[in-house]
Amino acid sequence: MRPARLSAVAAAATVAALTAVTGCTEKGSSTGGERVVNVTSTDDKCEVSKKEFPAGHVELAIENKGSKVTEVYILFPDDRIVTERENIGPGTKQTVTAEVKAGDYTIACKPGMKGDGIRQTVKATGKGAPAKRDPRLDKAVAAYREYVQTQADETLPKAEAFAKAVKDGDIEAAKKAYAPSRIGWERTEPVAESFGDIDPKVDVREDGLAAGQDPATDWTGWHRLEKALWQDKKIGDREKQLADQLITDLKDWQKRVGKAEITPTSMANGAKELLDEVATGKVTGEEERYSHTDLVDFKANVEGAEKAYELLKAVAKENDPALVTELDKQFGALNTLLDKYRADKSSYDFTSYDKVGDADQKELSDGVNSLAEPLSKLAAAVVVK
Amino acid sequence: MTEAPETTPSRRALIGWGGAGLALGAVAAGGAVAMARTGDDVVPAAAGTGAAIPFHGERQAGIATPVQDRLHFAAFDVKTDDRAEFVQLLKDWTAAARRMTAGQSVGEGAYGGLAEAPPDDTGEALGLKPSRLTLTFGFGPSLFEKYGEAFGIADARPEALAELPKFAGDNLDKNRSGGDLCVQACADDPQVAVHAIRNLARIGMGKVVIRWSQLGFGKTSSTTPEEQTPRNLMGFKDGTRNIAGTETDRLEKFVWVGEKDGPAWMAGGSYLVARRIRMHIETWDRTSLQEQEDIFGRDKGEGAPVGKAKERDEPFLKAMLPDAHVRLAHPDSNDGATILRRGYSFTDGTDGLGRLDAGLFFLAYQRDPRTGFIRIQRNLALDALNEYIQHVGSALFAVPPGVRDKDDWWGRTLFGKEA
Repeated sequence: MRPARLSAVAAAATVAALTAVTGCTEKGSSTGGERVVNVTSTDDKCEVSKKEFPAGHVELAIENKGSKVTEVYILFPDDRIVTERENIGPGTKQTVTAEVKAGDYTIACKPGMKGDGIRQTVKATGKGAPAKRDPRLDKAVAAYREYVQTQADETLPKAEAFAKAVKDGDIEAAKKAYAPSRIGWERTEPVAESFGDIDPKVDVREDGLAAGQDPATDWTGWHRLEKALWQDKKIGDREKQLADQLITDLKDWQKRVGKAEITPTSMANGAKELLDEVATGKVTGEEERYSHTDLVDFKANVEGAEKAYELLKAVAKENDPALVTELDKQFGALNTLLDKYRADKSSYDFTSYDKVGDADQKELSDGVNSLAEPLSKLAAAVVVK
Repeated sequence: MTEAPETTPSRRALIGWGGAGLALGAVAAGGAVAMARTGDDVVPAAAGTGAAIPFHGERQAGIATPVQDRLHFAAFDVKTDDRAEFVQLLKDWTAAARRMTAGQSVGEGAYGGLAEAPPDDTGEALGLKPSRLTLTFGFGPSLFEKYGEAFGIADARPEALAELPKFAGDNLDKNRSGGDLCVQACADDPQVAVHAIRNLARIGMGKVVIRWSQLGFGKTSSTTPEEQTPRNLMGFKDGTRNIAGTETDRLEKFVWVGEKDGPAWMAGGSYLVARRIRMHIETWDRTSLQEQEDIFGRDKGEGAPVGKAKERDEPFLKAMLPDAHVRLAHPDSNDGATILRRGYSFTDGTDGLGRLDAGLFFLAYQRDPRTGFIRIQRNLALDALNEYIQHVGSALFAVPPGVRDKDDWWGRTLFGKEA
């Protein structure tokens, strides 16, 4: 679970349409006039030099003529972010480039960096031609998309078994079915999070509720049921209803996940984010605070990260062979370490995290850092130079 | 005044007898650093200039160079048994240390690189001056125990690098003790010191992990006696007689490992003892002035030894109570044993009972701990101050000689072929 903000992966994933989004102040507009949109942001206006441009490479030449720091977004019609540039100071210019498919988009300026911004609707016309990229990366994206779908497909029956146990009022069976029902989700969580609305319904923790949300009525999903099973030790009508709701929400995920925007960069960043999830939620025992099944999530996060890495490895190896050597080593070391906490390597029956001592928790934390640090360099190693 | 107290080890340190001596810091820049603690006598001079302390030299900086205002000390454990990988880390660390002590960012900097990659440098020191940052590196006894064979250094372990014995009153937390390696980061700006440790830890990920670290403020001893003598958290002047950076003879005699001391790779280096000494602040504060002064053997205002008028007057030990801290810690009570103290006060918030988790993070450099800290600390078993302090963390490190030039690196004399 993660807080309600749009995660980096989400942003990257949505950007998917584009192959490589590069931000930064760049050297001029080498691509030429028709692909450059001048955006002038003032305190009360957001002016664009053209409302239509050819699909494919587009460059926003932004100038902040207002008195406040501003930010500029390109958004899909449903407000997902294509790309953005924040912190554009008064009197300064910035350039953002993106590869966009044909379709309608919104350009939003946010003077003061808050609110919905001042918006302009624009259109990318024609077929456009996204920048070329390594065909191996396209295959990697396709394979990862399939993996993500498979995880969702395999999760549903397990989640349904969990929901059935809850509805049967069988606490023991429900406890047993809980952690396995989450594995597919945990392996691919950054992709699910890219939709923004599903994660807060199925994987939020009580402390992750937004201001004004009431735990009694607004808290739904796995962790709400986890608390009922392990802490409250009772299943009532509300819990049975939440079990049905969980399945409904997961079916929504299953239906949409295959269409998520996925790029090589978002895959690499997603892998790193999975380790971040481990570092901030699992190693501390916060994620599964009632069931203590944190190591199951931990393992699933690592597996999901490793899958994305394996798919990108061939390209990464050409750009940064030392990085690949280090990642192979650190994935191996962390997996070996995790195996200490299960008797059978084919099983997901891990030691309860409340039984893992402080020194062992530090060792796990050190292992995560040792892997996550080089993993944070994977995205750069698959970027088309 | 000046007495002898310099020698003092631990608790004393913390406590400080105030006296100290004089030394003057050698490094030019430094000197005047302010010690924030006393407020009115702060001399912001050198600290204010934000100057850089040279990284290259015969000795490592951060020992005899002027004591800065802030500390971030980190102990690391090694996680690789691959010698080549470890040596590469030492070189990478040295390169980063060379840049950071000069006020530069590590690697390719904190911005301007590939948008998809995290920046090499974490960025929080951008725009800050070098702030006299020194980074001082050492090897712990456990490195030789765990990796002596794998690294081919088992025979090179100095006899002086034996684990410290248990001392009376020790209540050591293993999570605040030991370590295969250490880096002492001192700077006049705490953000510069923290940035240095953070970036070294990041560079080390996968090869080393932080075992524990400690922040310190308000130096408790100086190597620049022309400055106001600092006070420790008990309110007493500390380090009146500390070894000064300019006292070449005493440094040679008490601090630097000599050519003939052995092993050869340590010549020009020193041994560092680190002790986290918790003070029972609240009970100390309820202690009468008379008792406080009796315990130290100096008066609180001036820092003068018992029966004397001025801080730097020579102490007359027999005028002090037999268990007075200064008396027991004085070189004259310890066969002349003398150490260079470089400790800092710490306050890590409060403990679960609402008491300040505060004290002295004692750091002392010496030619040989057996004739330095260990000798003195044993003599402090009956120290009256012990009622108000407790040693809760402990570590010992062999600090090799300095990095000579741009091709040299931390630990080369131990790991380099020619050594």
